[in-house]
Order: sequence, then structure tokens, then C-alpha cells
Amino acid sequence: MFDNLSDRLGGVFKRLRGKGRLTQADVDEVMGEIRTALLEADVNVGVVRNVIERIRVQAVGTQVSEALDPGQQIIKIVNAELIAMLGGETLKITYASHPPTVVLMAGLQGSGKTTSAAKLAAWFRSQGRNPLLVGADLQRPAAVEQLKVLGAQIGVPVFSIAGDPVATAAAGLAEAQRLGRDVLIVDTAGRLAIDAEMMQQVADISKVVSPHYTFLVVDAMTGQDAVTVAKAFDETLSISGVILSKLDGDARGGAALSVKEVIGKPIAFAATGEKIDAFEQFHPDRMASRILGMGDVLTLIEQAEKVFEKDQAEATAAKLMDGEFTLDDFLDQLQQLKKMGSLSSVMGMLPGLPKEAKDAQISDDMVKVTEAIIRSMTAEERRKPEIINGSRRTRIAKGSGTQVSDVNKLVKQFSEMQKMMKRMGGGSGGGGGKGKKGGGRGGLGAMFGGAPGGLPSGDIDLAAALGSRLPPR
Amino acid sequence: MNNSSLSMIFLLLAIAGLVFGVGVVAISRRKARVVPQIQRAAPVEAVSQVATTDVVVEAAEVVAAAPLSVRDRLAKARSSLSGAVGSVLGRSDVNDETWLELEEALLRADVGVRVAQSLLGALQTRVNAKEITTPAQLIDALRSDMATQLVGTSRDLNFEANLGAPNIWLMVGVNGAGKTTSLGKIAAQQIALGRTVLMAAGDTFRAAAGEQLSTWAERSGAQIVRGAEGGDPSSVIFDGVQSAHSRNIDLVLADTAGRLQSNTNLMEELRKVRRVAEKGAGKVTEVLLVIDATTGQNGLQQARQFTEATQVTGVVLTKLDGSAKGGIVFAIETELGIPVKLVGLGETIDDLVVFNPTEFIDALFE
Repeated sequence: MFDNLSDRLGGVFKRLRGKGRLTQADVDEVMGEIRTALLEADVNVGVVRNVIERIRVQAVGTQVSEALDPGQQIIKIVNAELIAMLGGETLKITYASHPPTVVLMAGLQGSGKTTSAAKLAAWFRSQGRNPLLVGADLQRPAAVEQLKVLGAQIGVPVFSIAGDPVATAAAGLAEAQRLGRDVLIVDTAGRLAIDAEMMQQVADISKVVSPHYTFLVVDAMTGQDAVTVAKAFDETLSISGVILSKLDGDARGGAALSVKEVIGKPIAFAATGEKIDAFEQFHPDRMASRILGMGDVLTLIEQAEKVFEKDQAEATAAKLMDGEFTLDDFLDQLQQLKKMGSLSSVMGMLPGLPKEAKDAQISDDMVKVTEAIIRSMTAEERRKPEIINGSRRTRIAKGSGTQVSDVNKLVKQFSEMQKMMKRMGGGSGGGGGKGKKGGGRGGLGAMFGGAPGGLPSGDIDLAAALGSRLPPR
Repeated sequence: MNNSSLSMIFLLLAIAGLVFGVGVVAISRRKARVVPQIQRAAPVEAVSQVATTDVVVEAAEVVAAAPLSVRDRLAKARSSLSGAVGSVLGRSDVNDETWLELEEALLRADVGVRVAQSLLGALQTRVNAKEITTPAQLIDALRSDMATQLVGTSRDLNFEANLGAPNIWLMVGVNGAGKTTSLGKIAAQQIALGRTVLMAAGDTFRAAAGEQLSTWAERSGAQIVRGAEGGDPSSVIFDGVQSAHSRNIDLVLADTAGRLQSNTNLMEELRKVRRVAEKGAGKVTEVLLVIDATTGQNGLQQARQFTEATQVTGVVLTKLDGSAKGGIVFAIETELGIPVKLVGLGETIDDLVVFNPTEFIDALFE
């Protein structure tokens, strides 16, 4: 995985500390790092050039104070610039006064149109609408079949007739009117932007259904070509927005920035997983920090808020600060954590994690093993892990199918964590004053940045397990 | 206590939980792991000479028969490098602008920052030493440097004729790269070579992937073994191999579901697929990673992770007939040593051809 921007800038700024003002040469060096970070995130070369110019203008003459880390200042500028570029005009779906509201899906082969069409249909359903899907991809074998299976899963009817895609689309529109469906989603075959014949075909489809919204589906892993593709589709279809697919991977998704900048159309939705409901409206701020490799903290917070129940959460917080947090509570927390999604995706969203940690094979099995150990303890042991002696350890290891040393490690790390939590319990009252999310985010990053380092880590096994110490921050 | 500070605490807790779980289990994992880390499959010595020549000849015929040459088709979408080359050649000397233009051109082809800088860095040294003085020499040197880095690798598909059991070729890759389509085309080509082919529909996840493969089986005349949708891909492929063995079929082409390389569970599943495929009579002689030419820098990560899980032996670069140049495979081949074996240049069966590095690079420069 690539180094994130803050790591990159860290080295440069170490040398700049103590300077009163950034000179032209300093700025050049910093800009070089930002340029590399953006290019490695697949932001288009031309777009990078423009962004860098704008950031440079803002950065030259930036005051460097002792109180504020110049790296943070620059990152703030870069982040704000990216958010401004990705955001701006957002797409708001308004429904046609004469239903159905017609949505046309277009894109390259394999970009994820069919899956996105079904996910979009599910989204419309969740908005209280009654969509009809039309399978106008008569090119790829079994594409219509795929749409039908997906449609059945979400309870949305699928219409298609063999033969001509344009005729199918037209008939689909009539069908929607006949059935009184209020949203029509037309899935089309994947096509290359330079294939004139196929582009004409999709233009014809567009003509017969006169879509209210035309979405270009763009794979988050797309490289420099994203701009060429988006331009071509926009010229042919005048697209209304972009659906960014496969965003659950580890691609930085710089293509999103490029497309937005070049054709000026908003990114409307993002597909974030294999499941049909892993589809959400796009958040420019989160994408900005992802492109910069700085984690997706806001998403994480939101997911945490969704999952953790408030009353229970408050009770746990109180216990935590009083140091009364037991292994039972810990088990509870693990359950909650599991609800937030796969551990690797949660890890991926955390900023400031050393890349060794991100690259480590974090799988949900690890939680299972931890759970198994705790579940093999008696109630008393869970309350007071210090009573666990040799024979208890052997029993627990046997019961959970682990080694005695694993039990040892877990108990030891738990007590370290307890100590750490107690210390933090005292300190976090001050942080609580930050009301705004933005403020909370900075604080969070800082807190987390400090947390692993703050462990009495000489005998904590995380570092060893991950292969190396945390990088200096 | 307000909401955001509340969630911060739980976040911390979650993190602590993670730190905890990782600490304990990573260690037990490490102990338990027997699978070696990144290791390329040993080159197959016993490859049938006749067979491999056939592949090449077939490909050559395909190219000749097609209305456009590979080069023409690659150049159909105007290469991004050509503009820069023209502009570089238009100057009387090599200056800062030259380097900037060449770098941008390489980046536009998705070659990647690191590769671009190392290619140009080497040239810069030679320019400084007055070894290279004119823009024309510079372009030639860049072209030949790139070609040198790509030649010398065997691009033949590994087929062991005297195995006494089916050869297994496994298709892996991210969602939408073109695995099923490539598999269908490979099947048709192998059947044209006189081999008997069985398809194992290991993509049990995506809706109707089995139907898609069935269509290809009908078109190409291959046999097919399918499992239930949502079933275990390993067992479908195992059954395929067993059934191929009992029917004396030469080659099993095993499809797998697309998966993002960052999804640990799905990569574990793929690891198992490869392991189980060899439990019976057959042998995995080729693991082909399918990469879409539009893929950017994430392609390198794909190649790393898929190789780690399944010991990839070659890359199939699809959709190269579009405007994307597929430059990431240059990085994959030079940095990870995984050869590009086939490229997809269109929708018909004959559009999947043997990768030709010289033509690939020429297409970038024309």
C-alpha cells in the first residue's frame, strides 16, 4: 500500500520546523510530494497540474508557527481544496411529475452497471418508490439473467425482450407506464467510449426513453483513462452524474476527482460492497481524505453511531472511565464492532494506522479466537482476570482450542488496555468540548495517533506481531 | 456528553478491541501459517514444446487473419504518448520541458510515478553524460529501455502434455475485469488447437455467472461442470477436475468469482480454491490474473495480493482496444516479475492474442 500523504509530508516538514515562513523552494518540495500522492491515487495528470497550482498559491507565504504543525496546515489546505473540487453541486433526485422517472445506466464493460442498476433500484425502494428494471444489455451473455436474479432478490420486476436493445428500452418504458411503476432504470451493455457504433446505440436508447437522469458508472480502480471515458460519455449522453463502483477495495479512487473536475458533473452514489444495500450517496469530504490516504473517519463515526446503542454506550463509557470495564464488556464491544462490517474495512477507515497494521492479515477469525478464549472463562474469571492461574489457563486454552500462551497474552493485554483506558478516562473530558464534527475528527486522529504509542508498549505484542514499531509521527 | 465525543470513545474502544484481537491472533496465525509468502510458481520444465509453439503460431495466424494488426488496433485510439513524442522531437535540444512532457506522457499511460521516474532518471544520467544529445536519440533510448525490461520472459501458456491428468488453468481477478469472457475465448482457442476442454464454473457468487459461462461452453464446444449458486467454489472446481480426469479431458479452465484483493475472507476462499483444485488428479499449471486495461495504480496491489494468495503465473490484459493503455502491466511485469501472457483487443474469440511487448510499446509511441 502507498504511504499516505501525512507520512510523506512528515519527512519534509521535519526539516522545515523552526522556519518562520515557507520559502519557494520549501513549497516546491512539498508540492512535489503532494503531486506524487495524487498521481499514485490515480488522479489525472492534467487535473493534478491544476490542483497543485491552486494549492501552491495558497501555500506560499503560509505562516509557520511553533504552535501549528506546518504539515497539518498544508494538509488542511489540500484537503479543503479536494473537498471543494469533489463537492460543490450535489445531485438531488427529484421525481418526474409524469412518472416514471427514467434513469439510464451507461459505462465501460465490467464497470459494474448491472450490479449498480440493481443497487440503485433497491435504493429507490428504500425511498418508497416502485422501480422497474429494464435489461437492455443484450450483448453480454446472461446479463439479463443476472439482472433478473438481482431483481428477484430485491423484489423489483425486471423487463427485457430479446433482440434489439433500443426496442427493449422503448418497450420497457411502455411497460412501466402500463404497470404504474414510478421509476424506470435502464441497464445498458458495457461499451468502449471509442466504439462509435456502440456509442450511437446508447444515444439511440437515450433518445427513446428520454432519461431524467443518466448515470455513468465508473470503477473506483480506474486510472488515467477515466477522464477520456467520462468526456466521451458526457458528450454523447450529457450525463447527470457518476456512480462510483467498487469503492470497498483499497483503490484510492482518484478517478472520482478527475471525472468531477473535467466534466463538472457530481458524483451521486458510491457502491461500497458486494451486498445489495452497500450503496450510498456520495460524501465528498470522505473521498478527499481517502484520496490523500488519510482514512475515512467520518464514515467510521457514522457507522459506530448507527451500531452502538446509546444507553448501553453511555453505561459502558462510564464503566470504562472508572476502570470497571470487564472482559464481559469487552466481549460486548467486540460484538458491536463486528456489526460495523468486516474488520479489514474498519481498519481501512482508520487514519494514522501504521501500514504494517493495515497490511496485516486482519480477519474476522481473529475476533472469533479472542471471543472463544473469553467465552471459555467462568463469570468470575471474566470479572477478575487476575485470578487466572496455571490450571485455569490450561482449562481455558483447552476449552477455546488455543495455546496457553494465547490466553496469557490476551489477559495481559487486557489489563494493559484497562490501565490505558483509565488514564484516558481522566483526559478525555477536555476533548469532549469540541462540538463540531470537524474538530472532533482532528482530535480523534490525534488521540488515536497517540493511543498505541501511549501503551506501555515494551511488552505489548502488537508491535511484534505486526513486524515493526509504529513509524514516528 | 455530546454525541461526537461519545462516539469517539467507542471508536477508541473499537480500536482497542482491534489492537487486542490482532495482537493475540496475529501471533497464533503466524505460527500456524504454512503457506509460504509471495512465491512465484516454479517454471514448468516439462512444457510440451509442440504445444507451446502451437499457441504462438495460432496467435500469429489470428493476428494475420484479423482485418487490423494488433498495432493498428492499439493505435486506433490515439496514443497519449504520441502527442508528447511529437512535441519532444519538435525541439532542437533536450530541456526541462522535454522531461516534463515525457513524464506526463508515461503517467497518462498509467505506468505509475515510480516506474516513470526510474525510466527517465536513467536517461537523464545519460543525457548529462552527453551520451544522448538529441531528442530523437532520447525517444529511441526510452523505447529500447522499456523494451529491454519486457523481453526475455516466456509468455507461453504452461501446458504439461504428459501429466496423465488434467492441466488446470485458474482464472482470478477483481470484479468486472473480464475473467469469464477471457476464459470463454481461451477455451475456444485451446479447442481449436485440438485439446479437449472442460469449464468449471467456480463463480458461484455473481448472479447468472454460470449461465454466462454455459453460453461460452456452447459457443466453443467445451464441456462444463456447474454447481449451485452460492455453493462452495472449491468443490465445484474439484468436481470439474475429477470429471475431466474420468473423461480423459486435457484441460480444465476454472472460473472464479471476482473479488477485491482487500477482502481477506474472499482471498482466503481463493487460496482454498487453488489448494483444493490439486487435491484430486489434476495439476494447476497456470493461474491467470485478469486485469482491465483501464486499471490504474491499484493494479499493482491486485497483482501482489492475488499472487500471494494463488501464485499467479501470468496476466491477461483485457479491453486494450479502448482508449486506456494498460501501462500498469509494465509495472507489474518489471516490479513483480509476472509476465503478461495474453491481451484482449475486442469482443470476438480471435481478439484474445499473445502479448507482444514490442508492439505494446510501439503502440505507446506511435
